Amino acid sequence: MTLDEIKAKVKPFLFKYIKKPDLKDDEDFFASKLINSLFAMQLVMFIEKEFKIKVEDNDLQIKNFNSIDSISALVTGKLGTQGG
Amino acid sequence: MELTKEQEQAREAFKVFVNEHVAPHADAFDREQRIPEELIMLIAQTGYFGLIVPEQYGGKAGDMITYGLLCEEMGRGSASLLSLITVHGMVAQAILRWGSSAVKERWLRKLAAGEVIGAFALTEPNVGSDAKSVETIAVKKDGEFVLNGTKRWTSFGQRADLFLIIAQCEGKPTAFLLKKDTPGLSLEPIKDTFGFRAAMMAELTMNNCHITEDNLVGRIGFGVTHVATHALDYGRYTVGWGCVGLGRACLEASLSYTAQRVQFGTYLRKHQLIQHMITDMIVSVTAARLLCLNAGYLKDAGDPRTGMETSIAKYFASTMVVKAALDTVQIHGANGISNDYPVQRYLRDAKVMEIIEGSSQMQQIIIARYGYQEYL
Repeated sequence: MTLDEIKAKVKPFLFKYIKKPDLKDDEDFFASKLINSLFAMQLVMFIEKEFKIKVEDNDLQIKNFNSIDSISALVTGKLGTQGG
Repeated sequence: MELTKEQEQAREAFKVFVNEHVAPHADAFDREQRIPEELIMLIAQTGYFGLIVPEQYGGKAGDMITYGLLCEEMGRGSASLLSLITVHGMVAQAILRWGSSAVKERWLRKLAAGEVIGAFALTEPNVGSDAKSVETIAVKKDGEFVLNGTKRWTSFGQRADLFLIIAQCEGKPTAFLLKKDTPGLSLEPIKDTFGFRAAMMAELTMNNCHITEDNLVGRIGFGVTHVATHALDYGRYTVGWGCVGLGRACLEASLSYTAQRVQFGTYLRKHQLIQHMITDMIVSVTAARLLCLNAGYLKDAGDPRTGMETSIAKYFASTMVVKAALDTVQIHGANGISNDYPVQRYLRDAKVMEIIEGSSQMQQIIIARYGYQEYL
């Protein structure tokens, strides 16, 4: 799966929760407090279900989840090691 | 929604267990403010503590609907006992989801077998709903963490062997495992609460508790957003189902009482104002069960919507069970406020359901925000 294909799946999910149509791919939406307290786990579950990969404890770094670019990079890396 | 044959069989087994070992003794548990050790051991032997733990860790790898049915029956028998299933499960689920391989290997098998009882320690004297502001401090020093602080209202804190502690580490909420026998940890029982009297609550004081680094669950800074949120989601799910069970207990008590009690020359069941309350109970318990089934179905499917749907189920179920318990006491009249009937316990326990694992007001805030995301 290419990076663009991953982003094409990630963006509709994010925009359902983040009401900011001009959100940039590298914009930190965690820092901008655009999300609620349940969102972090919703995002983990979305990534696992959509890309059939497992997010693990050592993936818990804010740089893996805080922008469209970072999520896509995490997925790319995991697809490389876990398949999917 | 239709249950599978296996789920129906499991439900029947849970019902038989509760009818035999829990419901007839629940008033005594409440009076004595404890769950007997023999019952905890029996639950362990029956395998209920490991119901949804994977087989590789000695669990039964059951589905979330079956787990919900267990919680429903436990809630029907004793809300305090349900609380044991809740907090123990929260610790196991937090470890399963975010523990390292070593942590999983060390604890999950023991938790699944009930050899170790877990308890969830988030709330503090000054911090409840505002979880990110916990005041317990963890300082990293010489390859260890040193914990200092106080946790309060920890269900089964008097009995647990292992605590999941949320503390500030490097200024960020972080989750740790703390063994009961850790030097510096002291426990003070909390007695005479309004409800959940047999939930063996305790206050935990940590005075320079040293734990090794491998007791970290998740990573520093992820204790609330990922670890506690995940644990609380499971907690809310069990509480929602427990409310369905407690609602059923209210309904069954009301049906029985109104079929036997005669006033104005006829059974209470013939009075239309009584029928009104019975109808509301039947409808609300049924609705709560459907919301819980929906949340469980989404959990089994790994659907990201499950967190929100679980909040909705817990909010509705806990609200409805307070009304059901109030009506049940009302139906019983003066008998309803006496120790001769269990319904006063139902009411006291029902009220607690609106407070634990996220108060109704916190659920309202979360659900309202969700509405603006989902429908706007």
